[in-house]
Amino acid sequence: MNKTDVLIIGAGPTGLFCAHQLGIIGLSCEIVDNLDKAGGQCIELYPDKPIYDIPAIPECTGEELTNNLLQQIKPFNVKFHLNERVEELKKVENRWHVKTSSKQEFDVASIVIAGGVGSFEPRKFPVKDCEKFEGSSLFYSIKDKTIFKDKTISIFGGGDSALDWAIELSNTSKVNLIHRRDGFSGAESSVQKVKELSEQGKLNLYTKYQIDTVSGDKNIEIVKIKHDDGETKELKTDYVLGFFGLIMQLGPILDWGLNINKKTVEVNTENFETNIDGIFAIGDICSYPGKLKLILSGFHEGALAARGCFKYAKPDEKLRFEFSTTSKAAQERLGVKK
Amino acid sequence: MAKITYNTHDGKTHTIEVQNGLTVMEGAVQNDIPGIDADCGGGMACATCHVYVNEEWLDKLPTKEDGEEDMLDMAFEPKQNSRLSCQLTVSDELDGLVVNIPSKQA
Repeated sequence: MNKTDVLIIGAGPTGLFCAHQLGIIGLSCEIVDNLDKAGGQCIELYPDKPIYDIPAIPECTGEELTNNLLQQIKPFNVKFHLNERVEELKKVENRWHVKTSSKQEFDVASIVIAGGVGSFEPRKFPVKDCEKFEGSSLFYSIKDKTIFKDKTISIFGGGDSALDWAIELSNTSKVNLIHRRDGFSGAESSVQKVKELSEQGKLNLYTKYQIDTVSGDKNIEIVKIKHDDGETKELKTDYVLGFFGLIMQLGPILDWGLNINKKTVEVNTENFETNIDGIFAIGDICSYPGKLKLILSGFHEGALAARGCFKYAKPDEKLRFEFSTTSKAAQERLGVKK
Repeated sequence: MAKITYNTHDGKTHTIEVQNGLTVMEGAVQNDIPGIDADCGGGMACATCHVYVNEEWLDKLPTKEDGEEDMLDMAFEPKQNSRLSCQLTVSDELDGLVVNIPSKQA
């Protein structure tokens, strides 16, 4: 059981800055995120796109913003739990117990949901039968590539993941690459490589085709694909891989009894607490009259939510308002006191 | 102003007057038309405002910018007449546009 004052759900800019605000008022926190790195949408959706509306930073990329925030919270030694999704929530006396997808448990005084538009999950095939084979002969990510050796693999998608895996697996497997159009969104060099491999007969390329059905007994044996003009083909295959990027889903948070409105959590604007005492929501995931989905708004919300957490973590103490320029306590926590 | 018709997957038809300058996505979201998620808020980064445009309108719409087709690769059941509604800015020329909202966005 990990015991800390506050559990932050989501390591995007809002969650990271909230960790800073908690640290500076002397509260401890840990952060859970379903992605494999911090940064949230900034890293997953637009790492290289410039952002122009962070106060006092005329221009920075999502990646730079994330790195700066990580730098800013360094003094607080915040523990990250990546590749984990929060699942269960239980109230135990005055504390919250939270369990994650990999069965980690947290015992915390309060929770700050900074989950953006939800946790990132792989986009799946629209075909219903795919569910039956998911995890055995159908995957949306690759954990152990050795299982594909000498097998036939049908890869769907046109982005970098699809192209990179098609190229790599073509060394040891028979690869079919299926994509809905002639153009690809992946790197031009990968597209060229795939076309070369296709011309050399080392990979079968099917463009303007999409998945139609999958069939098989325990494992997939046949994947049927359909051309834009309606023609279908049946491909024998041992595995099917789909790479359609990530989609954001609220997931188990929906079952926590929070007031949810259009995929967002309703909060007050005093401290961004939800309808449940001790659970706060900040950033894109929260809604209130006048809400703006800007990073700067998330920073403000995080600062107030952090102060809202104080009374749950230290019920017998009173929080005094202080400036970081002059507060000795804050400077000690930041490790900058001379 | 343009009248935009949104056919939702449950068979209902919603015709709305949408102000020039808003996108077809915003017209749907502001009027609570179900089925357009627009998770990224119009940044062409998520493909959850995907619509099928009625054939006769396909050629009359602004052409796809770089990146829209890439994003449509990720959409749920993309077709030839797929567009991202966040990329369709409403003007008088779009008066009468009909879009069909897919069964799901993901």
